[in-house]
Amino acid sequence: MSVSHDINTLRELKDGKLSFEKLHGLISGFKDADRFDKMVQIWQESVEWDDPILLPLAEHLFVVRKPDGRRIVKSTWGHEYCDVQENWKLHAKVFVRDTEELINELYPDKLGCDPEWMQLREYYDPISGTLLEVEVVPPGYPIVHDFKPDIDTFYREWLGRPVP
Amino acid sequence: MLNKVKAADSRIANIGWEGKTLRQMLKESDDIFDRTGHYQGLKDLKIRNGQPILYEKIFSHLRGGLVNARSTALNISASPIVKEIGELSFALYTPEGESVALSTGIIVHVHTMADAIKYMIRNNYEQNPGIAPGHVFCNNNSMIGDVHTADVHTLIPIFWEGELIGWAGGVTHEIDVGGIQPGSMCYGHADRYGDGLLVSAELVGTNDLFHEDYLQRCRDNVRAEMYWVLDEKTRLTGCQLVREQVYRTIEEVGLETYKSFIREAVEEGRRTLIGKVKQMAFPGEYEAPTFIDLPWKDDETVHPLARKDTMMHAPLRMKITGDGHMGLSFDGANQWDYHSFNCAPSPMQGAMWVQLTQTLWNSDKINDGAYYATSIELPKGSWCNPDYDKVSTTLTWFFLIPSFTGFVRSLARSYFARGYLEEISASYPCTWNLLQGGGINHFGQPSAFTNFEISCQGTGAAYVKDGEAACAAMWNPEGDMGEVETWEHLEPLLYLGRGRKANTSGAGKYRGGCGAESLRMLFKTQSQILFSAGEGHVFSSAGVFGGYPGNSGYRHNVHNSNMKELAAAKAPYPTLDGDPENSAISAMVKGDEVFDLNQMTGPHPFGEYDLYASVQRGGPGLGDPLERDPASVAGDVNAGELLERFAKPIYGVVLTKGADGRLQADLAATQTERAAMRKRRLERAVDTKDFIARERERVLAGNINAPIRAMYQSSMKLSTRWAAHFRNFWSLADDFSF
Repeated sequence: MSVSHDINTLRELKDGKLSFEKLHGLISGFKDADRFDKMVQIWQESVEWDDPILLPLAEHLFVVRKPDGRRIVKSTWGHEYCDVQENWKLHAKVFVRDTEELINELYPDKLGCDPEWMQLREYYDPISGTLLEVEVVPPGYPIVHDFKPDIDTFYREWLGRPVP
Repeated sequence: MLNKVKAADSRIANIGWEGKTLRQMLKESDDIFDRTGHYQGLKDLKIRNGQPILYEKIFSHLRGGLVNARSTALNISASPIVKEIGELSFALYTPEGESVALSTGIIVHVHTMADAIKYMIRNNYEQNPGIAPGHVFCNNNSMIGDVHTADVHTLIPIFWEGELIGWAGGVTHEIDVGGIQPGSMCYGHADRYGDGLLVSAELVGTNDLFHEDYLQRCRDNVRAEMYWVLDEKTRLTGCQLVREQVYRTIEEVGLETYKSFIREAVEEGRRTLIGKVKQMAFPGEYEAPTFIDLPWKDDETVHPLARKDTMMHAPLRMKITGDGHMGLSFDGANQWDYHSFNCAPSPMQGAMWVQLTQTLWNSDKINDGAYYATSIELPKGSWCNPDYDKVSTTLTWFFLIPSFTGFVRSLARSYFARGYLEEISASYPCTWNLLQGGGINHFGQPSAFTNFEISCQGTGAAYVKDGEAACAAMWNPEGDMGEVETWEHLEPLLYLGRGRKANTSGAGKYRGGCGAESLRMLFKTQSQILFSAGEGHVFSSAGVFGGYPGNSGYRHNVHNSNMKELAAAKAPYPTLDGDPENSAISAMVKGDEVFDLNQMTGPHPFGEYDLYASVQRGGPGLGDPLERDPASVAGDVNAGELLERFAKPIYGVVLTKGADGRLQADLAATQTERAAMRKRRLERAVDTKDFIARERERVLAGNINAPIRAMYQSSMKLSTRWAAHFRNFWSLADDFSF
């Protein structure tokens, strides 16, 4: 069944302003095949830079095409991290909670982790200081590469068109 | 109803279709799938496409029969886990063992029962002990096909005029399995010889009746014998109801149509999942490891072989390819060990399957077609595919549940990329504290119990809303924590209170759902052995997009308490533990207090009036907490779900008291505070490359907790790929080891 949603409905969805009834309808109904393009349009409207968005990668992070054709990870505030195949976290700011004192800033004693067993790594956008991702891993664990998208396959094989 | 068969003797040769054996049918089915990529080689779904109304009608008949079977059978059981919590489900299978349709309930087992049926077929049960009309098989061996010993399967073959046309299966969770300690999932022993009554795909009944010697063996070997035997009858009744519905369906549509339908349903299931992946997911590679601690070095109640500190490593990776195939891999998982949390391949596949039912394919038409559209890599010798088949698996869930939290987070990233924000969840929290145990109960009887409040944890935050409080489990989407009074009837522990636990929600722009806690007091019993199970030193789930994990757990018990004196004096007593930094238990009760992070304990003795705090989990959060609506933060504090002193350090929200005495957010002050916090964040953060350089020195020096070092060493030993990954990331020598 072909379904399409009004772009304003999707704007409200992104902003968390959709009524419960409308949200329920989106969840329980058939999915709209044009969602990707509409959401990319909405995300593009939400940023102040002009590089075309190829893919929303994570909250506040996008894969964009630069004028020279490079595909890079870029934040809402314009920080350009790296090529999409690299892990953006390696080019972010990080703060590691690896003492009881730092963990207990966020968790009452005994509701958090033991720093001997696990640490919280907080990755921030270098421009805005926004928290983009929290890793909870043992000391010495390699930084996690959450998502390495296959943009070519997606556009060419699933959308049936070349990557913009 | 056995009248649909020509013969009811115990052996019928070649009961498969067209005179084949079941083994032939299964082999041909596997071969043709390998050759064509389609289940049974079906390229054209003739009924579905040619007669869609008939197709849907048959499905509805069967689905209705399965749901009815569960609802009816549930009322035969006396077991609270089954009757109150709904820990049962039924499914219909093809002759080769693929699930076609299923009931509601604990549907994680739909695929594990498929494994048990295939085991019987591959091991030539058709010849010995025979597969005949009226036969009843039972299985609770996870190495064959099950999650753990407590989940008991009943499987019956369905015949039509001498030909096997399918199987009905039902599963319930038992309160006690006769393990070395009481409880349905006891642990602390070294291997399966302490696991309890093991029924390995066994013929336990003929002519629709259980063998009396089998039932007597069960009575002799489990503590809660009445519940076990009634649940046997529950499952058999449900399976018979399913069989009746199959007969009615065939009478209405004809045998050949039914046969074609069940084939098409599985192939449609396969195609549907691939379609769903292409519709909603994003091709690429995802990484989402999880961990859980086992702090047993000093726990004298566990077997000497298990007495060490261990960290489980679940390095989940997901790969979605252009053809819509979804593959999971746990390559890099560390080795199995002498504890009860090892996991056979069957439950790992079942867990993947049940997560699909709650995420990508949340439709009533899900079946084993999903199995044909996915794959899962489980390294041999690891905790999720042990190379020693006598490992203990009584509490497989302890490792399995955290290991799949990353699957849901990875799907969240997929949904985000595709724009389906309404489907995003930060994942689920794990389902503990698990309280179980036994002894002489309040009726003077030897007994065992497993408290299933665990089926109600806070849910993960969504992209557009907070998680829900205390309502769901990853293994059963219909969570129900059960009535306090029912548990008090079953367990010799009174509830001093049950309520929400502040600061269990994972923080975020949207927070996870709040967790619960109960405070229990042993009453009218001389002694009980009690377990508590859950993570204490780590987070076993995680948030997403800047959200934090929900709470970890802790142990807080009081032995030899003065509760009897407090009650006699009508003095105040605690109803919950509350804020652990200002514990109500510590403040109000005297006795021998145990208050630490060793939430995962072996079987410890407790006496009358001892206190036991049971802390459940809140869901993980989503997004930067500094983006949370300040009024919602104030609301959480007013609702008792967030301690006031954490509103500012977590959320940057400045609270003031309103005229009505309730707290409210000072928006201007909050804006200033949040700006300052963002600035402070950057001031105390470092470039990631500097952190890597610092952490590399720590790795090189081996300045890492012993169980973590052992985890890395074990993962590197089992996986050359993971070893290379670890060494490459930290720029270590090719022969580096701890």
